[in-house]
Parts: sequence; C-alpha cells; structure tokens
Amino acid sequence: MKQFIHGNEAVVRAALDAGCNFFAGYPITPSSQIAHKMAELLPQRGGIFIQMEDEIAVINTIIGASMAGARAMTATSGPGLSLMQESIGYSAITETPLVIVDVMRAGPATGIPTFPSQGDVFSACYGSHGDYPVVVLAPVNILEVYSLTFKAFYIAEKYRVPVIVLIDGITAQMKESVSLPNMNVSESDKPKRPHLGEGIRHHTTGLIHGEDGMPIYDPQLYKQVMQKLMNKIQTEELMMIQREGKESAQIFFITYGICYRSAKEAVCELEKQGISVGLIKLSTLSPFPDKKLKEFVKGAKKVIVPEMNMGQVVKEVERCLCNECEIVSVNSLGTLMEPEVLIEEAIK
Amino acid sequence: MKKEWRTFLREKYLPHRWCAGCGNGIILNVFVHAFSEAGLNQDKTVILSGIGCSGRITQYLNFDTIHTLHGRAIPLATGIKLFRPDLNVIVFTGDGDCMAIGGNHLIHAARRNIDLTVIFINNQIYGMTGGQLSPTTPLHSKTKTSPYGNKETPFNVTELVISAGATFVAKFTTYHARELKRGLVKAFFHKGFSFVEVISACPTRWGLKPVEALESQKKEKVGIIKPSPSNTD
Repeated sequence: MKQFIHGNEAVVRAALDAGCNFFAGYPITPSSQIAHKMAELLPQRGGIFIQMEDEIAVINTIIGASMAGARAMTATSGPGLSLMQESIGYSAITETPLVIVDVMRAGPATGIPTFPSQGDVFSACYGSHGDYPVVVLAPVNILEVYSLTFKAFYIAEKYRVPVIVLIDGITAQMKESVSLPNMNVSESDKPKRPHLGEGIRHHTTGLIHGEDGMPIYDPQLYKQVMQKLMNKIQTEELMMIQREGKESAQIFFITYGICYRSAKEAVCELEKQGISVGLIKLSTLSPFPDKKLKEFVKGAKKVIVPEMNMGQVVKEVERCLCNECEIVSVNSLGTLMEPEVLIEEAIK
Repeated sequence: MKKEWRTFLREKYLPHRWCAGCGNGIILNVFVHAFSEAGLNQDKTVILSGIGCSGRITQYLNFDTIHTLHGRAIPLATGIKLFRPDLNVIVFTGDGDCMAIGGNHLIHAARRNIDLTVIFINNQIYGMTGGQLSPTTPLHSKTKTSPYGNKETPFNVTELVISAGATFVAKFTTYHARELKRGLVKAFFHKGFSFVEVISACPTRWGLKPVEALESQKKEKVGIIKPSPSNTD
C-alpha cells in the first residue's frame, strides 16, 4: 500500500522494524523529527528514549546501551556529528555496534540553518583521529532511506562497527508517495554478541588492546590489531554500487543522495537528444567501492561528479580512477542540483 | 552470600602500576572490601572509569569493566543503567575527568538522579599528564601550568552535586579508609544518584612523602553530607 511519508519518518519506521530499542538524542534541525517520533513511539514498545545534555553525551549513552545489549541509535546533523567524532573512534576500537543518522545541513560550523547539503562526507568517513573502520551509507530517496537505515542495524551488529546513514537535507525533509516493504528481523537473523551482565567479566577499553581486552604496548601487535580492524569491512556485501544506462557510454554521472535524482533526470533528457550517458549510484561511501567503480566506468572519456558541497566524493573518484579519464566536479551549494547544469556539462 | 574480597580483583594484573603512596591503591583496596561487605552480585555489576591515573582502576577489578574516553564514563553508565536497570553501575572518575572535561555530564546525571554510584577520586592535580592544574587545585598552588600560583578558585564539588540534585553525597579521604568503606556500602544501596568524593594523594606530583600526604588529610571533615545525618537510620 502506498503511503505519503516524510523522510525522517521513514528513518523511524526502518529503525523500529529493525528492532531499535534505544534512542538518545539532542535537538538539531533538520533531524529533530526523528527524535520527536522516537520519543513518542519507543516508550509504547518498551524501548528507551532519552534527551541528553549534548551530542557527546548522546553518543556515549548509546555506546553504553549497545554494550548492555540494546539496538541503539541516534540522529543528528553536521554540528552534532562533529561533536561525536572522538566517540565514533571509541565505538570502532571497542567494536560496539551503533547507528548514527546524519541529516546534512549546510556547513561549516553553524552554516546556513538549515539549507540542505551533502557536506558531511569527509566528516562521516574520516572525522575521528587514528585509523578506524566506519560504514557510511547514502540513500537517494525515501524508499532507500527506509531500506538503508534498516540495513544499517544489520551491518552494525554483524560487523560490530559504527554505521552512519548520511541523508541530505532534501531527502530527509521531503514527502514521497511510496510503498514501504514490511521488513522485520527474526530472532535467528540477529547476530549474537556478548553483553554486559552475563558474567563474562570482560575488560573494555579505548586503548589498543589484545584479545584479553588489556592494553598492548608492541608495535607489531598494534599493526596486527589495526589490520584486523580495518580489513573486516572490506567485503563485497558492504560496497553497494549500481550502474544504469548503457555499458558502453562515454560519459558517466557518478552520484549519491539527492544528486542521483538530478542526474537521472539529466540522463533521460540527454537520451531524448540521442546522447547516451551512464549513471552510477553509490549507496556506500565507506568502504568505498573502488573495484566495481573502476569496472563500471572502464573506457569512459569523462565522468561527472555532482555534489551539494565543494567536492568531496570527487576526491575518492580521482583516487580511484587516477588519470584514466577526465573527472569533473559539479557543485551546488545550499540548493538542489539542477539537471540543466548537468546536461550542459555532459554536452560540453 | 558474601564473597571473599580477593575474588573481586584480577590478581593476574597485579601489582598495580600506580606510584608509591598513590591514593588509588588504597581506594582499590577499600572498594573490594566494601563490595564484599555489601554482598552484591559481582556478575550483575558494571564498573566504569574515565581517563587519568584513576581510570586504570577498572583493569584490576574482576567485573564487567569499561575504561571509557576522557570525561565520558557517566553518560556511558547512563546508557547501561537505562537499558539494564537490574545492573549495579559504578563509576570511578578523577578531578580532571569529572570536574573539567566531564563536568557537564556530572551535573546532568545528578539532576536526573539516575541510579549510579560515582566514586570521585580527587587528588587535585592531573597526575598522568605530568602535574598540571585541575579544577580542584587549591588557590595559589604551584603546578606545571600554574608556576606562579593558581589564580582560580577550586570547585566545592559536593555542594555542586547537591545543588544539581544528587540524593546521596559523601566526602572521605584515603586517610579515613574505614569510614570510606562504610560510606561506600551505603552508597551502593542508595536508590538514586550517589556521589562519594575521596580526597586522595599524589605524592609524586605534589612533591610530598606518602606519609606527609596522608597526614595532610587527617583534618578533613568526613562523612555523609546528604541525606543529612539526622535523617539517616
């Protein structure tokens, strides 16, 4: 059945269907509706909602809840994500699953509240100090807001990593008529992990540690620990990327989030003019799907990377494709990427 | 059933790494005796610590233990207690951890009156990082970052947590080990936010002999401040 549903509401629907039973939050536009809905619905289902004193408290509270066995999440925007960074590294090194939804607004700092943006890619993928694994997902529409948020919980539990769902302010704040699948998790689907209060008497620390949980002070062991940690997310399952259009296209749009939809419109228009342009949709931004992207655009003369920032994912594309073709960054700040701009760039 | 205090220590990791005369060793000792006397379930107890010398205490305690980020033990403990109210949740924190970087979390946890026991080890200096000024360093004291004397007034921490809403507040020193043990047992059983300040010594950073450091604590007024003694059993 089709429903007219708001992006932030789809986050809540997905989280509840995925078994989320703990939410801590701090008000910030344009993500606040997620907290509002969670505050209303979680207590009715025996879950816990709490508003904390700041985002640093928020993320540490969900880490604690997750260690105690909860399926825990929060939702925030760029300024909040910045405050959470140290603890994202802590979640990674202690291998504590958690889901963070970041509804991106224009930055840096307070930016322009609350123009939409895709400016938090670097922040989400690389924001904490040291090397650490983090999975970053980017939905293109409300159906994907639902399916990727749902999947985020599964990934967090299976890989025991922090997962960040990056939603641009447009997708989160619009309503669409969609039929959401009724997904749910059966007990057997739930990955098992040890919890507090089970008599294990384990030590958990943000220090680099060995298998007994105790700190290690040996460069070789340190390297082994880091390799294990970094390699665990290098799997096909996590690197979600799709190609649309002709394989033999000479030009490709490489997109994520709302810019996918602008590019799709541009592709349709160009098709009418007899120009064939390919379209790549990146659903995962970390770990970056290097291999598949290379394979998908092999032989292309030009790739165009439209983003609502000054050029972030384009850096990954440059690293990935080296000098194999022309790489063009197209930027739209504070507002939707116009398909006309992309058409113009494609026929240049 | 009471368990012997030794079972609460990870003896394999002893002796501890703290300096000679450090108050943390005394507090570790008093804590395991207090826990034994309280007769609480070891496997239904989670102990957390922050960063600093006091943060290392969780390594030596044979429980589910969590060494958190600097200043963040209290919000992490809040998440655990909210999701698992059946667990006893105990936090060790120092004066830099609790009163500087984690000060916001402390007052809000007290305001919420969440059922945690916070053991605040106050040695009035940053020990691990080399002896810098902390928010509880006495006025005019010389430290690495106050070489001409501390110009700032220290926090009165027990007054602060009382005004923020804590429902059990006590103050002891490492000199008053027996009183501290009795105070901790009461704090464990208190329903609501319990806060126990322990004035501790850092002979290394204060340049004192261990005995001198303990002697200086003798004059401190110790005991349970809230609920006021007249209201207690």
